Amino acid sequence: MSRRIPIAAGIAACATLLLALALSTHPPVRAAEADDEQYASPLELQLSPDGARLYVLCQQSEEVRVLDAATHTTIKTIAVGRVPRGLSLSPDGARLFVTNSWDDTLSVIDTRKLTVTATWPVGAEPSGVVEDRACKRLYVANRISNDVAVLDALTGVEEKRLAAGRGASYLTLSPDGSRIYATHVYPNPPRVRTELDNRTAPESEITVIDTARAVVVDRMPLHRIAGVFHLAFSSDGRLGVVAEYHPKNLVPIAHLEHGGYVDYTLTLFGADVGKASVEIPLDELERYASRPFGVLISPDKSRIFVSCGGSETVMAIDVPRLLQYARTHPGSNVQDLAASAHYVAARIPVGRDPRGLAISRDGRRLFVANRLDDTISVIDVSKNRVASTIVLNGLKTITAMRLGEQTFYTSSYSFQGQIGCASCHIDSTFDAITWNLEPSGFGRDIVSNKLLEGIKDTGPYKWNGGNPNIPTECGPRTEKYFWRSENYDGLTLADLALYVRSLAPRPNRWRLANGEQTPAQERGQAIFERSVDKFKKPITEGNRCSYCHSGPNGTNHQLFDVGTHKPTDNSALLKSAQLNNIALHAPYLHDGSAHTLEEIWTVYNPDDKHGRTNDLTKDELNDLIEYLRTR
Amino acid sequence: MKKLALKTILIGAAFSAVAPVYVVAQAAPATAQMSAQAVTVAPQKLPRFRFENFTTANGLPDNHVYSVLVDGERIWAGTDNGLALYDHHTWKTFTTADGLAHRAVLSLALDKRTGDVWAGTMGGLSRISGGRIDSFTQLTSGLSNDVVYGVSVEGENVWVATAAGGCRLNTRTGQWTLYNERNTPMNEIWVYAVSAAPDKVYYAVWGSGLLEYTQKTGRWDKYDDPDGENEIVLFKDQGLIHEIVTSVSYVDNIVWAATYFGDSRYDGRYWHNFLTKDSGLPSNFTNTIKGVDATHCWFGTDRGLAYYDGTNWAVYRPSLKDGKPEMTVRDAAGKVTPVTVTTAPAHNYILGIDFQGNDIWVATAKGLSHGIREKQ
Repeated sequence: MSRRIPIAAGIAACATLLLALALSTHPPVRAAEADDEQYASPLELQLSPDGARLYVLCQQSEEVRVLDAATHTTIKTIAVGRVPRGLSLSPDGARLFVTNSWDDTLSVIDTRKLTVTATWPVGAEPSGVVEDRACKRLYVANRISNDVAVLDALTGVEEKRLAAGRGASYLTLSPDGSRIYATHVYPNPPRVRTELDNRTAPESEITVIDTARAVVVDRMPLHRIAGVFHLAFSSDGRLGVVAEYHPKNLVPIAHLEHGGYVDYTLTLFGADVGKASVEIPLDELERYASRPFGVLISPDKSRIFVSCGGSETVMAIDVPRLLQYARTHPGSNVQDLAASAHYVAARIPVGRDPRGLAISRDGRRLFVANRLDDTISVIDVSKNRVASTIVLNGLKTITAMRLGEQTFYTSSYSFQGQIGCASCHIDSTFDAITWNLEPSGFGRDIVSNKLLEGIKDTGPYKWNGGNPNIPTECGPRTEKYFWRSENYDGLTLADLALYVRSLAPRPNRWRLANGEQTPAQERGQAIFERSVDKFKKPITEGNRCSYCHSGPNGTNHQLFDVGTHKPTDNSALLKSAQLNNIALHAPYLHDGSAHTLEEIWTVYNPDDKHGRTNDLTKDELNDLIEYLRTR
Repeated sequence: MKKLALKTILIGAAFSAVAPVYVVAQAAPATAQMSAQAVTVAPQKLPRFRFENFTTANGLPDNHVYSVLVDGERIWAGTDNGLALYDHHTWKTFTTADGLAHRAVLSLALDKRTGDVWAGTMGGLSRISGGRIDSFTQLTSGLSNDVVYGVSVEGENVWVATAAGGCRLNTRTGQWTLYNERNTPMNEIWVYAVSAAPDKVYYAVWGSGLLEYTQKTGRWDKYDDPDGENEIVLFKDQGLIHEIVTSVSYVDNIVWAATYFGDSRYDGRYWHNFLTKDSGLPSNFTNTIKGVDATHCWFGTDRGLAYYDGTNWAVYRPSLKDGKPEMTVRDAAGKVTPVTVTTAPAHNYILGIDFQGNDIWVATAKGLSHGIREKQ
């Protein structure tokens, strides 16, 4: 029998707190009534082969801006699909490809006519896209299905899908065209169970695809890495570099002060480095290079540039010095926060949440997409400074929502600028990692990070329901246990909460387009809603799936003991988890001990405390899971 | 019906004069049951091989080899102690430490589109892709049972034969669909093998005949031994030779089915059965079968490796008498001719077969054999 404790306390107190926060000071640029649709949110950049045009992928306005690369004037604006994410040019420059991550399509743009000539259906949440050198095949990384789709480049017909890393997102064609390198933003599931099922260091990979056969031929391991973003090659193909996070999730987060929470690094590989890859830190003790995202190597191979979204800088790295360091420091150098002094030539301040990069053919101008400023910084490479700024919208005001989003993505509030909300909530989602957040004590209450989408009406928050509302979750708790440096002012917190509350669930890919259910989903829903087990015995109310996971978000907001607590947990009572897009965010249970949905019941429900399920056959359990995936 | 049915030798007309009774005699020798129209074949017409054998002495992790898979120039061997890969003349072994679901690898299949290898083990299903191994078990996934006897890849679907029914994994959606006594005409759920193609999928069910799934309609059909579980054959070529089906191979719209009591060929309308007494099969106890095309087929028995070219038979094995390499050819007239050979498969107990051009690879109970086709 489950124990239920309704949560009602604290709401009035928090409302008072929120009011007090709202009355505090705030920057004058705020315009609460402005329309968010006006923001462009430039994410990725591409220069045309002749360098005359700059293509800007604007995620929020869902369009491609075509700029004159010399005058920076807009030539044309081309509408694309929902929440575009990936942008690339065909090798001959004739076609521009845009992946639309929320409607699962690919827009094909004729760069001569500057019109969309085709929109092809692709996989779930398409991200990176690249065409092979022969212009025969297109490769699309699908973030949700964790694969790379291979399409006919002329017709868009999908030939096959190649298994990639979890959250497959970014693709890079090698300079000789023989390989495509795919990276992924969430760590791969643990391959082998350990004694500490919920305490594993993340493992990632670079998936290497042979373009001649369109098959995966290698997977370069990235040990202890989670969150891998863009990858770049030198033009001679001898040096590869990838931007990544190196979380230290096996120690309490209290070690933030000691550089023990996360490092931001590059992995170098290729002939210039040797047979084994080398991991080098971007951080230095007082200035972390938070959230590296875009990376490229200058045409003359003298510099590597890395955009760091959380730090709001572009790192300029001296390649000869870097290689000298890498050759004498094999393996991982993540522990050495003095290392970056050997090769970082400059930290160039740019706009908010810098992402995509593009460099002119002569290597003199570097373009940087500042996603949350709606600007593009143009860096004079010879001087390591911003020479000019392209303003995409010329907005005079900024909305509370945009301010909240800026706060979410910056790392400026935390000690030494180490982390921001987006460090663990990648692209406002999650990171698939379990953490020891330490407020409950070192080694206590290990928790799995969760998806933020759709959380606005799912309080109380935290797995133990300890935070009654989002301002408490994002404010005092975050400031004390994460930032350890600076508090938000009142309106900043209100804006941040506004942004977090605005995060809507992305489209559920397991639901049928016509709104109907598959037979398996129908059977699964019947199991979810049943009140009598297969032996005709009534199932108590608290032991029915549909009781605890009720309502539109799949939670009744109450605490239960479902028999999943560990000796390291301070309490067996856990808030019933919301089910929004549950299929996306393994691992499961409060501490991430269930690697798959199946394990919730096949491994961690021996006494039927987490719902009556042990009377189910294997096919019935499969049906239940098929239904849950539609939530 | 989980126990192995006893051998039965039935002699004489059981029912009527128009219904001759065929004798099922597992241990019977391949005697000459001749046909008046038969044409004698020269022994050199049938393929001859030089067998190179691999054991633990030259790199294999275990001599008990359940399965073999040709992947271009690479050879995968599923052994009792890991999955072995032969590449550039060197063996590499994948174990549970690498993520393999279980050390004993019973079955293998290649996804020719992606290059991924699927391995059915005694502890789940594993995918080997670009060196990474992802495993699926009955606890961690929708897999019906951890004992995976057979696996076959068709398009984006992976079809699996397990000790608790069959199942299908859609690699695009991640959805598992289970097939068992509740939704198919499967009386027993001990499924030994599966052969999948875009039009049909066949399950070899131990004790429940042969199941056919039509992809277009989603319809199941079942082929049983017309003589039921009696170890008799009342009418030759009337239907599936026996209910205990151990292996199936669907190629060129032809089903080749192996049982422990003889083998069958089915073209969608007519059955043709093979028994030791009226064919060149060295034994009715057949572990594995693999069709080359609609006419040619290989048989892995407990008494050697056999080849059928539509008319004639060849058997390759260490002699049952003295263990010396042996090859015999049986023509359509039933004439058995020995062929002088200097090599043979590593063991008579054959568990797996695959082709590499004109060569053949054979998994046996005591080693893996590479049959290198000789010029004739």
